[in-house]
Amino acid sequence: MKTEDLKNNKDYKYGFTTDVENVRSPKGLSEETIRFISNIKKEPNWMLEWRLKAFNRLKVLKEPDWQKPKYPKIDYQDLYYYSAPKSASEKPKSLDEIDPKILETYKKLGIPLVEQKRLNGIAVDAVFDSVSVATTFKDELTKKGIIFCSISEAIQKHPDLVKKYLGSVIPISDHYFATLNSAVFTDGSFVYIPPNTKCPMELSTYFRINASETGQFERTLIIADKGSYVSYLEGCTAPMRDENQLHAANVELVALDDAEIKYSTVQNWYPGDEKGVGGIYNFVTKRGACRGKNSKISWTQVETGSAITWKYPSCILQGDNSVGEFYSIAITNNFQKADTGTKMIHLGKNTKSKIISKGISAGNADNMYRGLVEIKNKAINSRNYTQCDSLLMGNKCGAHTIPYIKNNNATSTIEHEATTTKINEEQLYYCNQRGLDQEEAVSLIVNGFCKEVLQQLPMEFAVEAQKLVAISLEGSVG
Amino acid sequence: MLNIKNLEATIDNKHILKGLNLNIKPGEVHAIMGPNGSGKSTLANVLSGKNGYEIKGDIKYNGESLSELSTEERAQKGIFLAFQYPLEIPGVNTNTFLRTSLNSVRKAQGDKELDTLTFLKLIKEKASELGIDEKFLSRQLNVGFSGGEKKKNEILQMKLLQPKLSILDETDSGLDIDALRIVADGVNSYKSKENAFLIITHYQRLLDYIKPDYVHVLSNGKIIKTGDADLGVQLEKTGYSNIV
Repeated sequence: MKTEDLKNNKDYKYGFTTDVENVRSPKGLSEETIRFISNIKKEPNWMLEWRLKAFNRLKVLKEPDWQKPKYPKIDYQDLYYYSAPKSASEKPKSLDEIDPKILETYKKLGIPLVEQKRLNGIAVDAVFDSVSVATTFKDELTKKGIIFCSISEAIQKHPDLVKKYLGSVIPISDHYFATLNSAVFTDGSFVYIPPNTKCPMELSTYFRINASETGQFERTLIIADKGSYVSYLEGCTAPMRDENQLHAANVELVALDDAEIKYSTVQNWYPGDEKGVGGIYNFVTKRGACRGKNSKISWTQVETGSAITWKYPSCILQGDNSVGEFYSIAITNNFQKADTGTKMIHLGKNTKSKIISKGISAGNADNMYRGLVEIKNKAINSRNYTQCDSLLMGNKCGAHTIPYIKNNNATSTIEHEATTTKINEEQLYYCNQRGLDQEEAVSLIVNGFCKEVLQQLPMEFAVEAQKLVAISLEGSVG
Repeated sequence: MLNIKNLEATIDNKHILKGLNLNIKPGEVHAIMGPNGSGKSTLANVLSGKNGYEIKGDIKYNGESLSELSTEERAQKGIFLAFQYPLEIPGVNTNTFLRTSLNSVRKAQGDKELDTLTFLKLIKEKASELGIDEKFLSRQLNVGFSGGEKKKNEILQMKLLQPKLSILDETDSGLDIDALRIVADGVNSYKSKENAFLIITHYQRLLDYIKPDYVHVLSNGKIIKTGDADLGVQLEKTGYSNIV
């Protein structure tokens, strides 16, 4: 019956579930749950200790409530913190061994796991629910000394790297959701690029929430050693659900001297229906440390899904001459809410940051840019440029911009530009008169508005993102 | 091609067109002249299907009632309006816009959509006919264009979309004499037995270059006088006050 309902909802393209038997942790948040997770993943003792430390810290932390989008209280004792497709408990050796239903799910999502990706030069570490079930292209990467695997595997095989860097950007005690993640994270990606190596392909992960009532707690750690380069793509869609689902991922990036990390996200989690029922809570902590001199971290995000998106991918510009960038498109329609932006913390000399944020609001949605630019007193000759543009469609939606700007030295410069525009009836009329229907016209105008951000995405992703931008706003005009 | 009977149009409780009659046959060029506020632009907007007007009366286009058709359907069936103030669309490349537009029209007419290469070849050809620099096509649509460039862009779109009925709403306003000549040449080169023009203007000067078959004087929402090209010349000398 439920499956029937899902099929009938044509608006959400990815609204389907896969019937796979689940292995679940005990219900609720407890030491028992954490021990269960650590045990099922056969983790070394130090990892368990680390998790328990986070859990103890969590007991004294309070869930933040300063954000604009409010949500009903989450009962953390009513969630399952671990759930894995059963067929993955015996590690598959090739794709043939993978549950056909899972492969089918990937197919529906349009994830070409095998040959197509090779042709496109993309290696995929696919996360189905909480456990990585397949990793491809390892061989090609291994030759270059690049490590691209699940974080669980890294904990087993590369403990020194994990010990050194995990929690070094987002400390265990950082804030409620980040600490929760540290205690119960299940899986995610791990990337290490050795010195003076350019990763030959875009690394890509698709996340997908599947099991019902399971919070998702991915953990990703990317380290670009001296003089290296990597571009990482993250894309996600979630199946149809009535109850709200919490997603609290942590992503840590570390760029050493002269290294560059480009991290791109297309987020299309289930946003809830037209009435605002259901949808994902996307409360994510993403932070990058430009630890070495001349290092660079660039975040690009296209956020179209989730009932609530609450995240601030940030850069800590420690190394002299380091560069942080944030390019963002946040689209909210119907009853979606977004409170997103970035933090640029300038510590090193001659550091630069650039923020380009495009917020689009339609229906009854609310879209907030919140960002911090802080130039510390030792960060002489530093610069920031911020541009925040908001586009409103209709008269029931909202757009807000809250920049926090702190400049602690006189040699540095901060620029902030902001605009708010309403989609123009005359522009639509002009497009209609040229034969474009309402949807085409909106898509064209909105993609034009987002262009500066879309062009930051790797080619293949950009095409997908353009379509997504149009799909997200379907039916929002006229 | 176009038969307008007793057309009335009201917007925001303002009664603007008050019983307008006009018939246009294929191959004809009609000019509508008239003082400010007489309803010229309203006529253009009503024909192209702009929202917000309350309409009475009947408009038939090739035998089909226009009131049933949306703005884009009218465009797809060959009604083109060259805007008095063409809109700027930031971030949208002129070429992309023109190709999307052409393919929407082609698709609706049952023609195959053009791929990028074929399109580029076609648009370069059309642009060069109007003396438009190629670079202009990769700029954002109408953003930072001069008045003349915007109007030339409208004529380029007309020649690209090949409409049956072209409505030019004060295309001559804001043009210097060279641009005026280019726009007029563009129109003249597109004239044929199959397609018709409705040219809305304040001044005779455009009609020095594009010879109309009929000149209509619109005043207070009605056509009060119709003549041949000489009527335009006469109006230029005597002004509207003698007629109105």
